[in-house]
Formats: sequence, C-alpha cells, structure tokens
Amino acid sequence: MTEEEIKKTVFQLLQRIAPETDPASLMPEENIREALNIDSYDALQFIVSISEKLNVDIPEEDYGKTSNLKSLIAYLGKKLNG
Amino acid sequence: MIKFQMPNLGADMEAGTLVEWRKQPGELLHRGDIIADVETQKGLIEIEVFDEGTLEKFLVKEGEKVPVGTVLALINDGKAEVSESAVPEEEAAKPEIHPIEERPETPQKKTKKGERIKISPLARIIAEENHVDISLLKGTGPEGSIVKKDIEKAISEGVQQTQETQKKTDEVKEVSAKSAAPNANAMRMAVAAAMSKSNREIPHYYLEKRVDMSKAMDWVKEANKERPIQKRLLPVALLIKAVAKALDDVPDLNATWENGILRKNEINIGFVVSLRSGGIVVPAILQTDSKTVDEIMENLNDIIPRARAFKLKSSELSQSTFTITSIGEGGADKVFGLIYPPQVGIVGFGEISEQPFADEGMLGIRPVVDVTLAADHRATDGIIGSKFLASLNRHLQNPEEL
Repeated sequence: MTEEEIKKTVFQLLQRIAPETDPASLMPEENIREALNIDSYDALQFIVSISEKLNVDIPEEDYGKTSNLKSLIAYLGKKLNG
Repeated sequence: MIKFQMPNLGADMEAGTLVEWRKQPGELLHRGDIIADVETQKGLIEIEVFDEGTLEKFLVKEGEKVPVGTVLALINDGKAEVSESAVPEEEAAKPEIHPIEERPETPQKKTKKGERIKISPLARIIAEENHVDISLLKGTGPEGSIVKKDIEKAISEGVQQTQETQKKTDEVKEVSAKSAAPNANAMRMAVAAAMSKSNREIPHYYLEKRVDMSKAMDWVKEANKERPIQKRLLPVALLIKAVAKALDDVPDLNATWENGILRKNEINIGFVVSLRSGGIVVPAILQTDSKTVDEIMENLNDIIPRARAFKLKSSELSQSTFTITSIGEGGADKVFGLIYPPQVGIVGFGEISEQPFADEGMLGIRPVVDVTLAADHRATDGIIGSKFLASLNRHLQNPEEL
C-alpha cells in the first residue's frame, strides 16, 4: 500500500467521525484530535476503524504515534509494508 | 385500568409531540415494549411502557403536542380501579394538566376532486421538512393513505416541490423531524432551560479532590494488553464504576430533591455526551453499580453513538439518578458542573495528566485527576460530599476490586 493510499483511507475514516471537517486541510504535524475537535471516545473509535480497515494491530502503547498525520502514516506504512 | 402518561424525559422537557403510535388498541403490552415515538427538543425518542396489560384506547392523537403528565392512553391490566402508570419514580404524580397547545394543524390539503388526502402524521412531518407536495403522491398505506415509505420514495425520486409547501414549513418551524435530530436552536433552548432552572433553584456547594491515578491507569493498561482493540477500555469506564461504588457508600447523593430528599433505589449514572453540532445529551447507564467495568465500556460503546444519532430510549433519558461529566484527554484540568434537576449532585473529572504528587514523604510524577463535586446544599452538607470524594478516591486506589 502506498503512502497516498494510506492517506486516502485515513481521510475517509476521519471524515466519517468528524463529518463537517476537511481532513485534507490538516498540516502534517498538526495534532489531529485538536484540529478536528475529536474527543477521547471518538479517538478510540478512529483507531478501531483504522485497525479494522487496514487489518493492523495497534497496541495501546502506540496510540501516541497516531497523533498527527506524518507519524500516523509513517507508523501505518511500517506496519503494512514491513 | 392504568393511565399511560407523557413521560418526563428530563428537567428541560415540558411537552412532547406524539409522532407515532407503535402499538394498536387490543395489543398485549409487555414491560419494556416501545409504545410510541415522541418528539422532544432532544430529538425523536422511543417511549417504553412499564406495565403489563392490553392497550385499551388512545386519548391523544398522532401529531398532538401535550404537556408532560398528560394521559396518552389507557392500558387494561384487569383491575377495575384506575391507577397511574408505573412511570418510573415520582414523575407520575403531576397535577391535572390540559393540553396547552396543539401543533399548528396544517389544513388538510384538498385534491382537485375535493377529497382529503390521507397521510400519517410522521409522513406529513417528513414531507413538510423536505418540501414534498403530497397532493402529487399516491399512498400505499391502509385505505390508500400516504405513509413514511411513500415520502421517502418521493424524495429519492425528486418529486416536484411546491412554493406553497415551502411556506408551510416555515410556519411549522418547531417540527424538525426529517431525521431524528432536533435543530440546533431547539437543542440550545433545551440546555438553556435546564441549566437556568438548576442555577436559579439549586444552592450548589463545591468540593474538589486530587486523585492519584497511577494504580488505576496501570490497571487499565494491563487490562487492555489482553484485549482486542474493539474491547479496550477507556479510563472513564473505571471512573464511572468508582462513582457508582462511592454512591453506594454515600447514598444521600444518589437522590432527588423535590421538597425533601428522596433516595433512589437504583444507581443509574447519567453520562454527559457532547454533540459535535453543539449541545449535550445525558443518557443513563442503567444499574451502573451492578455492571462490571467491561459492561460499562460496552454500554458506552452502544450508548454514545446512539446519543449522537438521537436514538435513545425513554428509560435512558428519564432514569438517571446522578450525573458525571468528564473532560477527557487534551482538555481542561477541572470542571465544575451544574446539577441536572431534580438530582442532587454532579461529579466532574478533568483531564488525567502528569503532575508532581507527594505521597508518604516522597515527591513523584504521577497521573493525577482533579475531581470536583457540585452538590445541592438543600439535600446534603459538605461533610457528605467530602465523604463521597474520599470514598471515590479509595475505590480508585483499588482498581482490581472495581
């Protein structure tokens, strides 16, 4: 899976959780939750949905790596492409 | 005979519109059955019955807006004397009330031949909301009446919308029900009404305690290692359970105040859910004290999305006995709540964050949460509130026992 494809999937899932926002406008190092106004509960649902959609396991200690686009996409790329 | 009344679904509710009867006279009713859909400022709510019996007759028609406490229907329980419905708690005891206001009745539209158009109230609301001209439709319901399905079909097919229906919708602004979601203004007004009442009538007192969360957070971390991602716990599930236990220890806070304190038998904790579009909904986690932490988390996973989609049941909106508001990650350190009347207390959890914390002569960096309690001084004194916070702290230091 290319970086672009991962990004597209992440945007789709974010859009589902925060429908009125535009995830594509996120800066690479911007905090996703703050920028899109996502609470703790929705953040967990977001991680669950990524894990289900991309079929990757995201242990709790790695949640910190999902906080901005740059680190999230790098993290998922590593998981998916080894 | 039992009088089935318009339930009170919260301190902010004065009236509701009976949108649709889901049962018919002659049908056998069981406890927990959905008898009707009622529209309130908080959206379209499914109303449950709390009695067993046969539905005798309707006293309120679909589309009518009536005050809380109005008898909606009679249920035959085989007894001759008339009793009030087993509406949960004392809500049932409301003085005699007459309908104050009917929903502005849209005049029945005439067809060219002068016949009235038969349409169900729900279908009419959806039609108005979507500016669908019902005179152009052919009904598929009983006796050719237009039902919800027909309108939805018309919308998907893009049936012509007339200027006239547009004008009508403007007149019937308070009816909002294309989806179950109320409009943002109705929601704002509902919150405004409840919170004004709270601030006006309840003499709040406030207490605060810093709670060391190291043991609780370690416990959650360990518990989550064994769980698949869908079953993982949020720390708030543990906080909710600890509050339930503390309420069990200090039952005076699990009560209502209505010219006197009335302790509740069940501990049903209301959990404040904020909506992305603004406003809040407070669904109850029923019998919180008898649920495990996992069951509370499952309940949150079920109830939070439903609260956001305005798909709650009447029992979840009317039966909470105490409220929790939790700021969650990345937010404020403390929150001082306003009590939801007629309850007598609300606990606020700030963000769990790392703080310098002294314990047994040692200073360390620990995860800490600032817990506040706002309580009704008519019902309890500070010593009770203080006992409650101490008990809550104790339970959070023994997470394995929660």
